[in-house]
Amino acid sequence: MKPYNPEQISRHMSRLLNWILLLACLTAGQLSALYAAESDTPLHAAAELFKSKKFDQKYQAIQLLESDGSEQAKEILVALMDSRLYTLKRDQRLIMLGRRSGSPGAVDALTGDSVGDVARGAMNKITLNNRMRSQIRNALAMLDLRNPDRLKRLAAVNQLLDRPDAASAALIQSLLEQESDEQIREAMEIVIALGKLSSGDKTERLAAVELLDGNIHPAVRNGLLKLQQSTDDEAFAAEIKQVLDNIKATLQFYSLVENIFFGLSLGSVLVLAAIGLAITFGVMGVINMAHGELIMLGAYATYVMQLLMPEHIGAALLLSIPVAFVISGLVGIGIERGVIRFLYGRSLETLLATFGISLILQQTVRSIFSPLNRSVEAPSWMSGSWEINSALSLTLNRLYIIAFCLLVFAALFLVLKRTPLGLQVRAVSQNRAMARAMGVRSEWVDAMTFGLGSGIAGVAGVALSQLTNVGPNLGQSYIIDSFMVVVFGGVGNLWGTLVSGMGLGIANKFLEPWSGAVLAKILVLVFIILFIQKRPRGLFPQKGRAAEG
Amino acid sequence: MGLLKLLQQDRGGQVFLGLLALAAVLVPLLNQLLPESHALHLSTYTVTLLGKYLAFALLAIAVDLAWGYLGILSLGHGAFFALGGYAMGMYLMRQIGERGVYGDPVLPDFMVFLNWDALPWFWYGFDMFWFAALMVMLAPGLLAFVFGWLAFRSRVTGVYLSIMTQALTYALMLAFFRNEMGFGGNNGLTDFKELLGFDLQADSTRIGLFVVTALMLALGYIVCRAIVQSRLGRVAVAVRDAEDRTRFVGYRVEHVKLAIFTFSAVLAGIAGALYVPQVGIINPGEFSPLNSIEIVIWVAVGGRGTLYGAAAGALMVNYGKTYLTGALPEVWLFALGALFVLVTILLPRGLIGLMKRRGATS
Amino acid sequence: MNSLDNLRAVMRRDRVFDFMLQTTGLEVDLSHGTILYLEDISVSFDGFRAINDLNLYIDAGELRCIIGPNGAGKTTMMDIITGKTRPDKGSAHFGQNINLLQLSEPEIAQAGIGRKFQKPTVFEYHTVFENLELSMAGERRIWPTLTAQLDGAQRQHIDEVLEIIALQAHRDRNAGALSHGQKQWLEIGMLLMQNPKLLLVDEPVAGMTHQEMERTAELLTALAGDHTVVVVEHDMDFIRSIARKVTVLHQGSVLAEGSMDEVQNDPRVVEVYLGGNCSLGGHQTPSLAPQRHRGHRG
Repeated sequence: MKPYNPEQISRHMSRLLNWILLLACLTAGQLSALYAAESDTPLHAAAELFKSKKFDQKYQAIQLLESDGSEQAKEILVALMDSRLYTLKRDQRLIMLGRRSGSPGAVDALTGDSVGDVARGAMNKITLNNRMRSQIRNALAMLDLRNPDRLKRLAAVNQLLDRPDAASAALIQSLLEQESDEQIREAMEIVIALGKLSSGDKTERLAAVELLDGNIHPAVRNGLLKLQQSTDDEAFAAEIKQVLDNIKATLQFYSLVENIFFGLSLGSVLVLAAIGLAITFGVMGVINMAHGELIMLGAYATYVMQLLMPEHIGAALLLSIPVAFVISGLVGIGIERGVIRFLYGRSLETLLATFGISLILQQTVRSIFSPLNRSVEAPSWMSGSWEINSALSLTLNRLYIIAFCLLVFAALFLVLKRTPLGLQVRAVSQNRAMARAMGVRSEWVDAMTFGLGSGIAGVAGVALSQLTNVGPNLGQSYIIDSFMVVVFGGVGNLWGTLVSGMGLGIANKFLEPWSGAVLAKILVLVFIILFIQKRPRGLFPQKGRAAEG
Repeated sequence: MGLLKLLQQDRGGQVFLGLLALAAVLVPLLNQLLPESHALHLSTYTVTLLGKYLAFALLAIAVDLAWGYLGILSLGHGAFFALGGYAMGMYLMRQIGERGVYGDPVLPDFMVFLNWDALPWFWYGFDMFWFAALMVMLAPGLLAFVFGWLAFRSRVTGVYLSIMTQALTYALMLAFFRNEMGFGGNNGLTDFKELLGFDLQADSTRIGLFVVTALMLALGYIVCRAIVQSRLGRVAVAVRDAEDRTRFVGYRVEHVKLAIFTFSAVLAGIAGALYVPQVGIINPGEFSPLNSIEIVIWVAVGGRGTLYGAAAGALMVNYGKTYLTGALPEVWLFALGALFVLVTILLPRGLIGLMKRRGATS
Repeated sequence: MNSLDNLRAVMRRDRVFDFMLQTTGLEVDLSHGTILYLEDISVSFDGFRAINDLNLYIDAGELRCIIGPNGAGKTTMMDIITGKTRPDKGSAHFGQNINLLQLSEPEIAQAGIGRKFQKPTVFEYHTVFENLELSMAGERRIWPTLTAQLDGAQRQHIDEVLEIIALQAHRDRNAGALSHGQKQWLEIGMLLMQNPKLLLVDEPVAGMTHQEMERTAELLTALAGDHTVVVVEHDMDFIRSIARKVTVLHQGSVLAEGSMDEVQNDPRVVEVYLGGNCSLGGHQTPSLAPQRHRGHRG
């Protein structure tokens, strides 16, 4: 403990300041009440005031507690907020009940001495109204503003931002100089400026308005709007309008950014679901209607992993990525070896057979896991959001999905471009007979390629499990979308799939507010149907004679 | 005379039409004349069930015409079927009149429930049977025409086309689920009372519907057979087998496809219109992609490219479905899935093809 | 009301197929004696110029052979004439009056240009007779096709063609069951049924025996005069037996044109065939002596 801690000194100073303020507040009408109480500290004064039935006096009491600023005052305020503050009937002492209801041991609010169990009938509750509640919240925030913990101070100032009032603005002014944290200072300045908006001095008001220019906190907008309506000065009103317009433009920009973000996250889901298909359908030309069910298997793999490791949700999620890849990949290879291999060159039959497989997989899952939806838990590091400012916050799980999608895409791209398997896959897809003549085991390549595409579907399932419930019909709802993404992007073109998936996602999100979610989906579908009629080979077609026919 | 000539070479068709005629006579007799205790008595429920199968058989013939002869694997014929069904359903809704729960003389119950105060324009005219009957053909026909015109002109073929048709029916399903569409949303159209003045619950009406469905199936078969036997039918098969060659011979492939595809859609619409009064409900579930693809498997099981085979496939698979969903509900999807896989791998020509091959070898 | 009328017009059942009517029933105008004009045609696939400023004129009634190494653009040229591929630039006219670049494949076929593909394509699930029936010149619209019946004269015509292509015995067999050479014949028969003014014949004798080749040569020579025949072949024997005028294509444009002898002795042609890693044989023979270059000939 250092004897001359500057913070402590400043706290004493501010307490002194509060005292002066308090004295100013207590004008003649209230003085009598104050004298009546044996008031040696603000706490005692407040305690006396609380015993009054009048709300006016209670407001003062809260103010007193706030200016006192001690831990005890804070505790009393919290107790009051929670309706745990009572007066004892027998000696009018102010007491606080324990935090948990029914917990024994009320204590004297002023001295902290235990008063033991008190029967319900032996005490009177200090009643609250809404104005008091809001006053208490602000008072608590003011108290927190002096807290050494940075995060507490930040939360407190944000609390004040939501319900700014002139009194707290004046108090904050005194705290501003001691505040070292830039972010908190900024927020404090806004509170002060908001307070000054109602100041009588015109230049001060104008300065406040200018200070608030470009600030997107909702409180700023509300304050300015109120001022705009109340002011008679037209030039001033125009000034406010200009500032408000700036704020609106900024807000619009952020909502655009937010929409694009939502669109990208939806697009990432689409790309994840479609990218495996881009391999099996695009590169191999095999139409796999069971692709959606491979996604579903991946989602169920995540669910099972969480069942196996209930203590480590996050680790289970990470582990389920390789597990889902392997499971879906193996099932995919099974499908290729067991069915599709007999149907090469007969794409319509392949479509039907794989559809049959999708029915079987669905029903299998239904028999094992029941037809009900299962929910997969999100690990703590995936929940929450990244608040960039008060108008824009990006939810973490969506951010992760976007990042994950790009990661999977990049990995797949590297596999196809940089590994021997990728080389062989491309060779087989371009000219099977030639590749075979060159010694490529085309059957093995087929199985591996299909396994790869299916495995990616499983990985997509892991991602999907974080967004929706896991059920037997999960895959069905994605299969048509996935095909649309692949066809729209141009079959056989991974970049096309990425662009079309993201594009469709964004288009969907921008249509949604205008048309509603279902109609947006229909419109996008109809758009693709029409688009494919116009450009049958998609956005990025493969050209040349080889692509004909 | 023309009919006889048409069927002269068509042994399978003769058998099929013969059996159909027999059923059209026998089923009502077994229902009406035999006492309920008799072993051969057919309950009215069974008659309606058979009528439903026959409507499905007509639908299967429509799909076979497009797939078996034209090479267009439509995964969206369920949409045409449902549109025909909705057109009929709208007529039946208007016939309810004041007997609805809310007793509104004009507005169907669901509209009253949604607080609509007037009939949407597209419901006008459906109180007249002829208009509804026209719409049964026009609505699916027009959709198929527009869709086909766009798709065939830009030469979308093969699996692309199949997926587009699937997307079409999927989009329609989503649309019809919306209450705002004005087709009863989720619940669809139901609680029908009467058709052309006949009580839909009455045995006689149900038998009548069965017979009419059998007649329409026979008629549909004969018309399809006539198309298939004509030069146009041969051109269609030529399109299926060598589209480019057909073009260079001078046929406008797009027009051939469009004509037959549209006709097939109309036929599917008629099947839907026959189906709805027998089952008593039409809802957006009929648009589901699964339904459409199930139709394809009926055709594949029976044998595509033989119209009666498609009809037979529809009857067999649906009987199997009724039996299995009743006796072992969880097995049905396994069975259906296995059917898809086995038929495509082992029976590319379907059961009829198998029988033909047996007949040829022995 | 106008829109209602339009709607009515669209809804009329008897007019549904109205727009399918043949819009281009133009008879080809051969008054200048030239049946095919290809001028300044270029087309590229993915940066590769398959046809490069091609100029080619074919006289009416001519029998023209077109040779050239692989990749010279022979098939692409046929694709352009028949409307399968659209050129990036240039013009293609059929006679004086028909702009081929504005017509679709069936319209071009109906205008009188028939084509035999490099790989024989016949309708495999139709009988030989039906193949010929479908190719028969005449009505192509939907409704007439639906109601069409063969009359006696037409049957006789088909039987005549069957005789020419020597497939009478296979009249009712599925075309898919024919041998490679028979399919080639059937396709030629289909061309005959179409009765086109201009026949484009891509590698007609691949897979034929020597006798069959001779018969084909006879047939094509006989056709010339009434019809115009353009033959693309690799087989120099065959070309020599029928050729009057030969055009050599190289890298998408005409390298040389003239009689077989002239062409054979043209140093540029020799250079192309020998220097350009030719597909015509690879023997070090300075002239284009008759050579068999395909091993699969049976």
